[in-house]
Amino acid sequence: MMIDRMASDASGTNLSRRNFLICSAAVGGGLMLSLSLPLGRSEAATTESFVPNAFIRIGSDGQVVLTMPYVEMGQGTYTSIPMLIAEELEVDLKQVRLEHAPPNPKLYANPLLGVQATGNSNAIRGAWKPLREAGASAREMLVAAAAKRWGVDAKSCHAEAGEVIHTASARRATYGELAADAAQLPVPTNVALKRSDEFKLIGTPAKRLDISGKVNGSAVYGMDARPAGVKIATLAQSPVFGGKLKSVDDADAKGVKGVRKIVRLDDAVAVVADHMGAAKKGLEALKIEWDDGAHASLSTKDIALELEQATLKSGAVAQSIGDADRAMANAATKVEATYQLPFLAHATMEPMNCTVHFRDGECEIWVGTQAIARVQAMAAKAAGLPVEKVIVHNHLIGGGFGRRLEADGVVRAVEIAKQVDGPVKVVWTREEDIQHDMYRPAWFDRIAAGLDKDGKPVVWTNRFAGSSVIARWLPPGFKDGLDPDTTEGAIDLVYALPNFHVEYVRVEPPGIPTAFWRSVGPSHNVFVTESFVDELAAAAKQDAVAYRRALLDSNPRAKAVLDLAADKAGWGTPLPKGRGRGIALQHAFGSYLAQVAEVEVAKDGSVRVHRVVCAMDCGTVVNPDTVQAQIQSGVIFGVTAALYGEISLKNGRVEQSNFDNYQILRINEAPAIEVHVIKSSEPPGGMGEAGTSGIVPAVANAVFAATGKRLRKMPIDSNVLKQPA
Amino acid sequence: MAFTIDINGTSHSVDVDADTPLLWVIRDVLGMTGTKFGCGVALCGACTVHIDGTATRSCITPIDSVGASKVTTIEAIGATPAGAKIQKAWLDHEVPQCGYCQSGQIMSASALLAGKAHPTDADIDDAMSGNICRCGTYVRIREAIKLAAQGQKER
Repeated sequence: MMIDRMASDASGTNLSRRNFLICSAAVGGGLMLSLSLPLGRSEAATTESFVPNAFIRIGSDGQVVLTMPYVEMGQGTYTSIPMLIAEELEVDLKQVRLEHAPPNPKLYANPLLGVQATGNSNAIRGAWKPLREAGASAREMLVAAAAKRWGVDAKSCHAEAGEVIHTASARRATYGELAADAAQLPVPTNVALKRSDEFKLIGTPAKRLDISGKVNGSAVYGMDARPAGVKIATLAQSPVFGGKLKSVDDADAKGVKGVRKIVRLDDAVAVVADHMGAAKKGLEALKIEWDDGAHASLSTKDIALELEQATLKSGAVAQSIGDADRAMANAATKVEATYQLPFLAHATMEPMNCTVHFRDGECEIWVGTQAIARVQAMAAKAAGLPVEKVIVHNHLIGGGFGRRLEADGVVRAVEIAKQVDGPVKVVWTREEDIQHDMYRPAWFDRIAAGLDKDGKPVVWTNRFAGSSVIARWLPPGFKDGLDPDTTEGAIDLVYALPNFHVEYVRVEPPGIPTAFWRSVGPSHNVFVTESFVDELAAAAKQDAVAYRRALLDSNPRAKAVLDLAADKAGWGTPLPKGRGRGIALQHAFGSYLAQVAEVEVAKDGSVRVHRVVCAMDCGTVVNPDTVQAQIQSGVIFGVTAALYGEISLKNGRVEQSNFDNYQILRINEAPAIEVHVIKSSEPPGGMGEAGTSGIVPAVANAVFAATGKRLRKMPIDSNVLKQPA
Repeated sequence: MAFTIDINGTSHSVDVDADTPLLWVIRDVLGMTGTKFGCGVALCGACTVHIDGTATRSCITPIDSVGASKVTTIEAIGATPAGAKIQKAWLDHEVPQCGYCQSGQIMSASALLAGKAHPTDADIDDAMSGNICRCGTYVRIREAIKLAAQGQKER
């Protein structure tokens, strides 16, 4: 049914007739740039391609082209998604070419988000059934075409490595030979999917299809788009959010060799030049005056205070179990704490950029985006054009982490391009990228628990305040003062807590935009809950693993990862002085993860993370090496945040600007990381972000184990940990 | 001003200001996009090229300082013995994730391996700590450099 709907929608799309610049993994490796047509069904008939749905196209030459509904930003989706299709389609991964999907939410929306976007670690979760069905129905049609041609029962034929085979008569036909016939057949509505014990590809280590071009410089990111005649622009936006451009003296800038034009916007100014060197030199030569506007004196200290005050008032009830007030009044011991988290920048290695050619009633865009349909819609609005007049070419993404779910950079580029003849690539400097990011929200949590006489928690309450990204990004997702992202990791805890009450108070900070950031809601909530469980264990004078374990009787998957991580980490074995181990456990993104961090705190208070042991139950594993890689990646991302991550504002301006004062963990600081994966045939869980949210409390808890000092505020302040001389 | 520079064995003439960073000559003027822009001030290593075999941050290298030196970029590093080994190890070990920093990582690693056949962990830290990877592929970068060095041993 789903396949039918997709096929009919495919034939209806205007975009299918556009040329699309695509990156594809060619047979034998090598990302190559080629022109291709995302075909609808009506075109399939004329070109003799077999296009059973929006994801698969098989040409009469046997070429299998898969259209990727999710974007590749390093998480391996351009390998794992093809694995799902190829498993049922019965083709070898070496036989497939990949295309980026065009903007078309009807065809390519993530079923879990309802929008065409890649985020929240849910590509595999969303694709698990529909894309295997897409492969299976295509295979059935190819088998049916062969059976019809040979006059045999389809059940006596089988598909294998891009061919249909009739063993009894030793006949075989390639998918290419069958494509035209298969295209004439109806799309089956109910296809049987393989049982997990029949998988040939899923669960086996597949070589990444996207990386050959990433080792020889041929991979094409948005930054590398070069339409003929493109100029390069760089910009300065109002250093205070919401400020305006007052005046610009561009006399010197115009004199810089290679500078072509100065573009003035309400709240920004851009220099258009032959190359970025000239654009930057021109920008530095501008004398700009800003009207700082309402947020001229804003500081993050003020925002933190506002969040703290907000938690003194009631909020929207996210989850309430039992009678928390009564249980708290009767508890033998009460433990209370407050926690604070800072704003964080994404700092993707590829700075924000977007190339736009605005011309006679249409607008063509080259960009790497996690949300291509959003880009198209917002660009259309900025350009004053209907969406179908906006052509968007997606690219490989040089780091997403949520930053490229936003289209602010695209809107900027369109605004500039409207004043430029020919295509212009707007490239943000690193300073602009950090100072005009949209940030992981800052948070304040007021949390308490009551313990019985044995130290077991009988009640848990938490009220936290901060920004709802969903309320802006996907307004229908924000209902009754709540959204599922803001509360993920704060409610539905893995632990048995008979009385439980959690409230959220939405506070949108003035003068600083917020956005999704790798590990989203759990990036905040798991830090708070797992630090606090650790506090409860300490208050009860119990071992941090044993304490958690006693609360997991109804949660065997959580208990299993906890036990495995503790075992592999050598939990309880002695460590040298100054070192400590900390554990964190989470159920987020549909996966269970326990992490043990081993840290060393030096006399000067500096923290070094030496070793991280992770135990993961992410259900069915699609590509085992990607699971390993993503956990490693998430850990480094989280350790970076724990040790260094903070965006602060003073006088309305972001104080950080580049990698010297917004530090990223480097290879000489990177811990050894072990990842242990539990075998499971449960549906797959998300992988791309889990490692980030869990490691921050694991590190903080390890610092507590090493020093006895509880860290309730991130990033780690070495002054707090400094030993007296 | 006009400058003639040697990139990957080919001579190119460009007409830009003398203080124009080599990075933008390579990327924007000559259209070779494998070398990446990350920070503009030599803090991240994404723009690393070889100048006469030495790993160099092209984002702070003015074009007038290049002279007759030979510039090698990611597009040609596979033609050097160390570069080929590093690229192979990167593929065998599936190092890249988003991949954006990897041109610079590979250039730094190739220079390391060309100068030191069997780098220690400390050598790797020294040579590679100027290259940031936001995807955190460090564990694999270290293993891949060792893998490439082992490959040399067998030869």
